[in-house]
Amino acid sequence: MASRSVEIIVGIFVALGLAALLVLAMKVSNLSSLQQGGGYQLTAYFSNVGGLKERAPVSASGVTVGRVVNISYDDRTYNAKVTMEIRKQYDQFPIDTSARIYTAGLLGEQYISLSPGAESETLKDGGQIRHTQSAVVLEQLIGQFLYQKGKGS
Amino acid sequence: MLRVHPMAVLDPVARLGRGGLTFFQRLGRAHLFALELLRAMGATLARLRLAIEQMYSVGVLTFVITVVAGLFVGMVLGLQGYNTLVDFGAENSLGVLVALSLVRELGPVVAALLFAGRAGSALTAEIGLMKATEQLSALEMMAVDPFRRVIGPRFLAGFLSMPLLAALFSAVGIAGGYFVAVGLLGVDAGSFWSQMHSSVDFYDDVMNGVIKSLVFGAVVTWIALFEGYDCVPTSEGVSRATTRTVVHASLAVLGLDFVLTALMFGG
Repeated sequence: MASRSVEIIVGIFVALGLAALLVLAMKVSNLSSLQQGGGYQLTAYFSNVGGLKERAPVSASGVTVGRVVNISYDDRTYNAKVTMEIRKQYDQFPIDTSARIYTAGLLGEQYISLSPGAESETLKDGGQIRHTQSAVVLEQLIGQFLYQKGKGS
Repeated sequence: MLRVHPMAVLDPVARLGRGGLTFFQRLGRAHLFALELLRAMGATLARLRLAIEQMYSVGVLTFVITVVAGLFVGMVLGLQGYNTLVDFGAENSLGVLVALSLVRELGPVVAALLFAGRAGSALTAEIGLMKATEQLSALEMMAVDPFRRVIGPRFLAGFLSMPLLAALFSAVGIAGGYFVAVGLLGVDAGSFWSQMHSSVDFYDDVMNGVIKSLVFGAVVTWIALFEGYDCVPTSEGVSRATTRTVVHASLAVLGLDFVLTALMFGG
């Protein structure tokens, strides 16, 4: 076979392979949604984060507005410190916004839900959400329920 | 009366020792071969045209079998995954199941096994016949280094083709899984893609698959070229070397896959 047509066929092969890799990167994995512009960071302290993981979604009214980027333990306040990155276009959260940790479905993954407050001042980069509500730990709930049941009888 | 030499009792032990020595000698020669190969890489990179020609026989001719196998593996994954997941009402996660198993494991591993069978055996037979017909010696006589002219370009072609083939395998497999899940079984197309999208991580899953396939490509091509270069230069020797390539390369891929998975996802 002529050398040139071999080169053309190899070129098509390489292009197809790279296209497949691009499909895997953009369509299958979450690379495209991670790099949608930058964002600004907010922190919140929770007494218990339950099973919250890094890269868990942060949502407001059910719409994903950002992701959790870091979870660490603050041994001065004895609370968990959650850092989240909110997308740039959602920069109108009032300073009295509250954050709660919810579970998607009964066994689903946990996420943070933001409910906006009423103040006119908005949260800036590095701001802290003051009103937080921890994750619901199922074992604790069952424990309380059994305890009350025992007292009642 | 049968007279047995008193030392004949030790014959099995000697045979064992000879087997062990042969094994380690081959292992040593294989590593010297790899060293020589790496030394020739500079010259190979300087003449990429040779490697591109080899990519035709190593990569392009393996393309069709990879794509067809990927399509069917993806379709079977979709079918089997659906039967299991539907019991838990989780058939919307089918996309995650298909994509993760293809991108992390099946893409690199099955593509490497096909590559060993299709391209590896051809490489061994080609190099082995070159040795049997003394073409390699002829090259050396003309002061042409066979590592730079013959073996280096083939190694580079295999090393570069493998990740492309694995990516193609995974992409086509996901398309096949999509076809079965959405087209035949009635899974919702939106949740198929969106759950896959949110669960598959580019660096943790896709890139680790690419690293795996690079390692497999290097190992399979190395084994294939070494078996050809080291074969007994007869028609029987070439046929044995070809068989050994497929067996050893497949075992190496499966063993290395366990090690790499443990390193990447285990800790």
